[in-house]
Amino acid sequence: MSLLKKIFTAVRGGAREAGEAIVDANSIRILEQEIKDAEGHIAKAKQDLTSVMAKEMQANREIESLKKQIGEYEGYTMDALNKGDEALATEIAEKIASIEPELAMQEETKISFSAHADRLRDLVKKTERQLGEYKRQLTMVKTTDSVQKATSAISDNFTNSNSKMMSATESLERIKKKQRDFDDKLKAAEILDSENADTSLDAKMKQAGIGPKTSSANSVLDRIKAKKGA
Amino acid sequence: MNIKNIAQALEGLDAESREGFDFEYQIIPGDEEVLQISLQGREEIPVYLTETDTQLLCIAYLWDESEVDPAGKTEMVEMMLDMNIPMPLSSFSRIGDKYAVFGALSLNSSIEDIAHEIVTLSDNALDAIDVMSEFLR
Repeated sequence: MSLLKKIFTAVRGGAREAGEAIVDANSIRILEQEIKDAEGHIAKAKQDLTSVMAKEMQANREIESLKKQIGEYEGYTMDALNKGDEALATEIAEKIASIEPELAMQEETKISFSAHADRLRDLVKKTERQLGEYKRQLTMVKTTDSVQKATSAISDNFTNSNSKMMSATESLERIKKKQRDFDDKLKAAEILDSENADTSLDAKMKQAGIGPKTSSANSVLDRIKAKKGA
Repeated sequence: MNIKNIAQALEGLDAESREGFDFEYQIIPGDEEVLQISLQGREEIPVYLTETDTQLLCIAYLWDESEVDPAGKTEMVEMMLDMNIPMPLSSFSRIGDKYAVFGALSLNSSIEDIAHEIVTLSDNALDAIDVMSEFLR
């Protein structure tokens, strides 16, 4: 069963209470062991690959050298034939015939090393892919586990601090109220600022004798006297 | 960078990188250490930061199952699915019986990116509660 499916089943099955593991510790251990094994296999395969590739190169060098020898002896055979020395030519040809099976053997060895190297490369690639998959699964499990542990730590902390658990809407209302209070304060400060500006302007105008006339006892008396006289 | 380093680095940021918010930090001990970040004025809904092997997770808890009005639950869950992509940098989730919004960051994220995620997540959490309060009791 895939791990995602395991997590899904566990979540659905109600293993969601705080402290209850979504995936048991044993599965995590097995997965971690599988990762370690896969890493071991890759390291071993890479080591093998190095030595096989070295042997392949060795065989290649051997083949080159044997081919060169054969080429040289073929030249000598030709020389002997040109000189009419049939016996020597036969002797040299025998030498070539003795080298050729060795060449055939080396070529076979080389093919077998090449095939082995290919198999190892394939193995490394496959195991690396598998390792990636194990790691991805482990991440899923560990993340689920971490988040659950973090949530339970947060809940415990909340309980220990004796804070009253507020509902989401209560919390939001309080936050909005704080924002409103802040805005109101800002507005009040602005109004106060502008009022201060007004009074200082009035004072300046008064000092200069500009602006609305303020009524005095004398002016009121004058007004009443004027009415009486009318 | 562990949780403590992140807290220190966040503290060293200028106001612009914190998008005008003052952050307050608290480390919550436990099996998994968690950094609680309270944004000034939004202390009721903090952002929690936790580090796993492969990522940084920022989580804000929204409400728990008991607050959901059963009559609208399906619609609420569908709305969460619909909103997951449009909601910037965060997704809806549920941990145990708690609904949450979260954002996952690479372990190589810059401290400015982390700060941006925290503020965006906080904005998203408040918006989500505002928009979905009709589904809550």
